[in-house]
Amino acid sequence: MSSRLPTPITITPNRKPRRAGPRREAATAWAFISPAVLIIIGLSVIPVVWSLLLSFQANDLVTPSRWVGLENYDALVQDPNFGQAVWNTVLYVPLSIVFGLALALVLNQRIRFVGLYRTLMFIPFVVSATAQGVLFSFILDPQFGVANSLLHRLGLSTQGFLTDPSQALLVLVGITLWSGTGFCVVVYLAALQEVPPSLVEAARLDGAGRWQVLRHVVLPTLRPITVFLLLWQAINALQVFDLVYVTTKGGPLGSTTVIVYFVWQQAFKTFTAGYGAAAAYVVAVALLVIAVLLRVTRRRRMEGATR
Amino acid sequence: MTVTVNVSTPRATRTEAPRRTGFRLPFSAWHLLLVPLALLFAIPLVWLLLSSVMTNAEINRFPPTLWPSHLDLGGYSYVLGHALFPRWFTNSLIVAVTAVVSNLVFGTLGGYAFARLRFAGSRVLLWIMLATMAVPFQLTMIPTFIVMRQLGLIDTLGALIVPSLVTPFAVFLMRQFFLSLPRELEEAAWIDGCSTLGVLVRIVLPLSRPALSTVAVLTFLTTWNDLTWPLIAINHDTQFTLQLGLTTFQGLHHTDWAAVMAGNVITVLPVLLAFLGAQKTFIQSVAAAGLKA
Repeated sequence: MSSRLPTPITITPNRKPRRAGPRREAATAWAFISPAVLIIIGLSVIPVVWSLLLSFQANDLVTPSRWVGLENYDALVQDPNFGQAVWNTVLYVPLSIVFGLALALVLNQRIRFVGLYRTLMFIPFVVSATAQGVLFSFILDPQFGVANSLLHRLGLSTQGFLTDPSQALLVLVGITLWSGTGFCVVVYLAALQEVPPSLVEAARLDGAGRWQVLRHVVLPTLRPITVFLLLWQAINALQVFDLVYVTTKGGPLGSTTVIVYFVWQQAFKTFTAGYGAAAAYVVAVALLVIAVLLRVTRRRRMEGATR
Repeated sequence: MTVTVNVSTPRATRTEAPRRTGFRLPFSAWHLLLVPLALLFAIPLVWLLLSSVMTNAEINRFPPTLWPSHLDLGGYSYVLGHALFPRWFTNSLIVAVTAVVSNLVFGTLGGYAFARLRFAGSRVLLWIMLATMAVPFQLTMIPTFIVMRQLGLIDTLGALIVPSLVTPFAVFLMRQFFLSLPRELEEAAWIDGCSTLGVLVRIVLPLSRPALSTVAVLTFLTTWNDLTWPLIAINHDTQFTLQLGLTTFQGLHHTDWAAVMAGNVITVLPVLLAFLGAQKTFIQSVAAAGLKA
């Protein structure tokens, strides 16, 4: 040892400097994450498993529950209200994506007041569904609402809107588009900023027109965002509850009973919590399948594409 | 090659050149589409504001008045005099502010541990955390209700606060941000003998304002605006949040539209003002949440 030349004290480059031993580091890490882990495991992971168990039981949230096997799921398949609830939910998703993308593409051009337009379209997104519901049940009130009075003034026939079983769901989709499109616009606009200009330029030089640039350059680069938005809007659409609760309470004639409203009704109104849990599970599994499918198709496309 | 470039560059800009037609709009034709659309987005909210300062006589007239004859604050004075509205406001504020602060603290701590510290099980935990982000609320709401009842929190603000203390989203967002920071600064501080918490607070946090404001904005928005969970967890009207109070109020006073709209304005205004004051942060936060998640 002593015969060797003294080497200067350095930190070997391949070993990262550490404050303390790995055990100490792990202890710090656990101290840091334990609140998050506790809450997330306690109020997400455990409830997910618990819900599954509940869905095999008859449970009224008061008396001890009784094991019923697949009865809840059996009943669900035959329940026309559930089928309607699922269908009511599906309509909104593609519409919001298409509108959002179209508006973002328009706003992504070099025109004036883009910032103002973007702000105006985004504002409804921060308004709570409750407030939206209260506001629109006022505007669309069949007797006193301003919408009908405008129709009247224009000489058109007045509408039932939220009180008409054949219109109510479409009206709700319209309200959700009003408040949700701005989100898609903002996300797409941000994504459009990240489309490499050199790519667009290159395509232009190769003689691509506007439409071709859009189709072969811009849209493919936006695909991951579109997949995300599809999933996001699907999840949101499947969670719509507040707006329905405030405006129609599932009516008229069950025409707006969306899925969460159905689950909520089963669990907290008619106290058939097991049935509600089964319904929630069916939807969650459907959602999972959609997510997996989207991922798989995306991956396949990425592999198929020549990059 | 250079020849092609020289030829096609003017072609690419040709679309901006005047068209064949003699008549040209003094502005882009897109405005013809965008102005009505923007109005469609704005008018319901303008109408909300206008009707909140009308008298009920004006509102109930057929056809209804479109512009108030004078500023009538009757709706507001009724709502603010209504014993519980201020209380609901305070409740909402307590829940939302607690959620924001605790998401910032626990999100930062958790995110930093996942981004920088090595510990057994970190991968599995991160995976679980990501998986729970995709769990829809209707799946967990019944058991969450049972848990909260067991804890004796139903009908208290605690039932609203506990589930929103920290979201996997906050942890994940902070982790992603920390991963994007260069390690060197932290390493220098470690060498100087700074503790992990010291590094986090003194070195990392000052650089993390964008991520912190994203978490704050999104947490405030979701907790302030939520109705589903308060509806399940709260029965007693002194514990209502503003959203829950507003629907109940509307149910009880459905003919007093001026007061309902005044209450609605009070419910929307904090978020709207926050949005208008920090528009850039809001829009960037939402976009970032979309692009990173």
